[in-house]
Amino acid sequence: MDHLDDLENQSIFILREAYKNFKNLAMLWSIGKDSTVMAWLARKAFFGYCPMPLVHIDTSYKIPSMIEYRDKMAKEWGLNLVVGQNKKALDEGMNHEMGRLVCCEALKTQGLQNVMEEKGYTGLILGIRRDEEGTRAKERYFSPRDKNFEWDFKDQPPELWDQFKTTFKEGTHIRIHPILHWTELNVWEYIQREKIPIIDLYFANEEGKRYRSLGCAPCTGAIDSKAKNVDEIVDELKNNTTTSERSGRAQDQEDTYAMQKLRAKGYM
Amino acid sequence: MNDNGNVPTLSSRQMKLVIVGHVDHGKSTLVGRLLSDTGSLPEGKIDFIKDICERQGKVFEFAFLLDALEEEQDQGITIDTSQIFFKTRKRHYVIIDAPGHKEFLKNMVTGAANAESALLLIDAHEGVQEQSRRHGYILKLLGLNQVAVVVNKMDLVGYDAEVFSKIKSEYTAFLESIGVQAEDFIPVSAKLGTNIAKREDEMPWYKGPTVLEMLDRFEEKVPPSHLPFRMPVQDVYKFDERRIIAGRVESGRLKVGDRLTFSPSNKKGVVKTIEAWSVAEQPTEASASQSIGFTLDEQIFTERGEVATRVDELPIVSSTFDVNLFWMGKRHLEKGRTYTLKLTTQEVACEVVEFKKVIDASTLETLADQNFLAKNDVAELTLKTKRPVAFDLFGTSATTGRFVLVDEFDVCGGGIITTYTPSSKEDKLRDEVRFRDFNWVKSGVKAEERSYRNGHRAALILISGDSGVGKANLARHLEEKLFKLNFQSYLLDRRNVRLGVSVDITEGDPEFYDGETVRRFGEVTKLFLDAGHVVISTSNAFNQDQDGDIRLLAEPHPVIDIAITDQPQTSGAVDVTLSLPEAKNEVEAANKIYHYLKDQKILTGHNYSI
Repeated sequence: MDHLDDLENQSIFILREAYKNFKNLAMLWSIGKDSTVMAWLARKAFFGYCPMPLVHIDTSYKIPSMIEYRDKMAKEWGLNLVVGQNKKALDEGMNHEMGRLVCCEALKTQGLQNVMEEKGYTGLILGIRRDEEGTRAKERYFSPRDKNFEWDFKDQPPELWDQFKTTFKEGTHIRIHPILHWTELNVWEYIQREKIPIIDLYFANEEGKRYRSLGCAPCTGAIDSKAKNVDEIVDELKNNTTTSERSGRAQDQEDTYAMQKLRAKGYM
Repeated sequence: MNDNGNVPTLSSRQMKLVIVGHVDHGKSTLVGRLLSDTGSLPEGKIDFIKDICERQGKVFEFAFLLDALEEEQDQGITIDTSQIFFKTRKRHYVIIDAPGHKEFLKNMVTGAANAESALLLIDAHEGVQEQSRRHGYILKLLGLNQVAVVVNKMDLVGYDAEVFSKIKSEYTAFLESIGVQAEDFIPVSAKLGTNIAKREDEMPWYKGPTVLEMLDRFEEKVPPSHLPFRMPVQDVYKFDERRIIAGRVESGRLKVGDRLTFSPSNKKGVVKTIEAWSVAEQPTEASASQSIGFTLDEQIFTERGEVATRVDELPIVSSTFDVNLFWMGKRHLEKGRTYTLKLTTQEVACEVVEFKKVIDASTLETLADQNFLAKNDVAELTLKTKRPVAFDLFGTSATTGRFVLVDEFDVCGGGIITTYTPSSKEDKLRDEVRFRDFNWVKSGVKAEERSYRNGHRAALILISGDSGVGKANLARHLEEKLFKLNFQSYLLDRRNVRLGVSVDITEGDPEFYDGETVRRFGEVTKLFLDAGHVVISTSNAFNQDQDGDIRLLAEPHPVIDIAITDQPQTSGAVDVTLSLPEAKNEVEAANKIYHYLKDQKILTGHNYSI
């Protein structure tokens, strides 16, 4: 067994713990590589089936081909897709020019909270990773949020020997992070090994640009790259990278503690 | 931390390292230094942090690299475990940065429980402190035995060999007293980079390895495939025509065709297939650390919590065992309170029977006659669980010999099972039950088929209460109610068993007192349960020992305890409590029990598919 098997086995264990312990669970699918790998892992864990719905929060500013890819994959993989949108904020004209953090909070965080309330989900499975950025590095596999969706990162439950926090006071909901321990390169190596179909925005176009992390069109920048397929991305990451994965994501750079502020309030 | 995306070829496996020690002894600085000296930081990262320090009017420190959270920088302490990646020429590492502040012990435990090797830091200037000892003890309890001690801030003591050797002998003595042997002691200055990645001239008296050389000597932890096979059942899936028993192999190996026993229920089955999705070839084998699923040649009822093993390599099954436990809860661990024990995938209510030795983990002093365990301390104690659990001793098989304790909603304790000293009577009875179950001549009609036809699972309902509270009346009424609803109910009066089956034992015989009548009653009950009935019985007083024996004999069928009493029930051993006035109204009381049985999915209704 190699390191990808180790990662896969641990993620499957976590997904199965989540499914057993929380009945009304949803999986957040951003259409990006991480959550797509997670949906794949769910099908591994449950022998070809993904028993929980996949929630996509559509800010309406997503890159159009993301929506196309989403609908195609949902059909091919037989996924139960739930799309959430903060229509009220959009009707009132919310966009990134009103401030990136304000926009993220309204369209993503609030959009997510609306779906969760409407569907009564008590748990959410997310494809965040520790190596993405500093705040996420502090996460637990099973991470509680209070009724206001807030994250008390100063008083987190201990996690030892894969015994997770599975009982809560009423009003708490749980976030579960099955690929928390993976790195960006691990994700690409796994996509390579498993031949998982990934949206082509990650591959370099004619102008030598590709996306390394996907988000809304106005706030996501492409990087210079020659990597035209998965193999070349793996090589690129192994050899060339000196910048961080989310460097193309404008909201992170808003201020020093942007991600922490967003995440304490319930951002994914 | 994060963002150190420029570590090239992070593709190989990472060794998981934890760095522990007293607060301010320099853990974050050491980590920052390791990152910097191995070239593991992204371009501009140090400048970025220097820039922030300047804005906040602080002098740059390596520790800031890790303190990604705003609050953390304000307090100047690392709150939580975070993961940092770096590599040496030999291999890749992930450091779990464990904080040293006393309040954050649970975070240190989280970090260390997931590590395979540890560096323990001691400040040369301050010497061995409270957390130096506590962390050493907890590493031992967590089963982490690759530990090197790093004596930091040697620059503050003028690189004095004497200071180093004094700390070394003091801490070696401490480690020996708890049965740990450190791999080595390394004098360093993390701030200046001495003996981290490279040797400097300041300590010519030191001939041992640098920190990086030491790290490269640590051995990778391999999954325990050489031990007997253990797979705790995590879940049973039926997404299609396959009934897949899913779980992670905690130790050993599994092959198609293996004959398995599920403990504690003692059910057996032969592995028919090992299932997997999107693989080139269906596997025929599995080994430790793999998350797998298999089907059996015959459908048996098994569920989460059972432990699958080979028939000739059974785990220990008991409800009483001795443990070493550390406590992280806000309120004390005490006798008389019910906690939830989580061991592999088993979850069961438990109580502390006896505090054998309570230890202040910072001094290793025994706190004599202390009948509780306070936060951050350690104890040797005896636990008793409500139902028997399947386990191994930690020394034999670590993954199936460790557990956590949950107080209300929170994981508050972590422990390892050290010895198993059951009461000899209970042990004897369990052996009997095992012999019986293994040799039981099975009916062609399966328990599931009976449940399907009857509309309920077999179960024993035990109604207890003082004489004259209306037990018999309630039991009769309940039997009738269930019967009229087309369920197979049967009131088994203990007197009837005594009149026939136990007619040879009369009051005054030793057997009358040593539980033989209880055993016979339990065995008769077992027959009715095997026939698929809901058996109802009464007894004058709830007796935990008797109740335990009957449960053992009735297994795997559920036993429901109904207590008629006005006393508050604290032990958690009772399923339904009825007050005296409640019990007098037998219609309402029977209704309450009826709804409980429905909630527990014992009464499933007719035509319900299991």
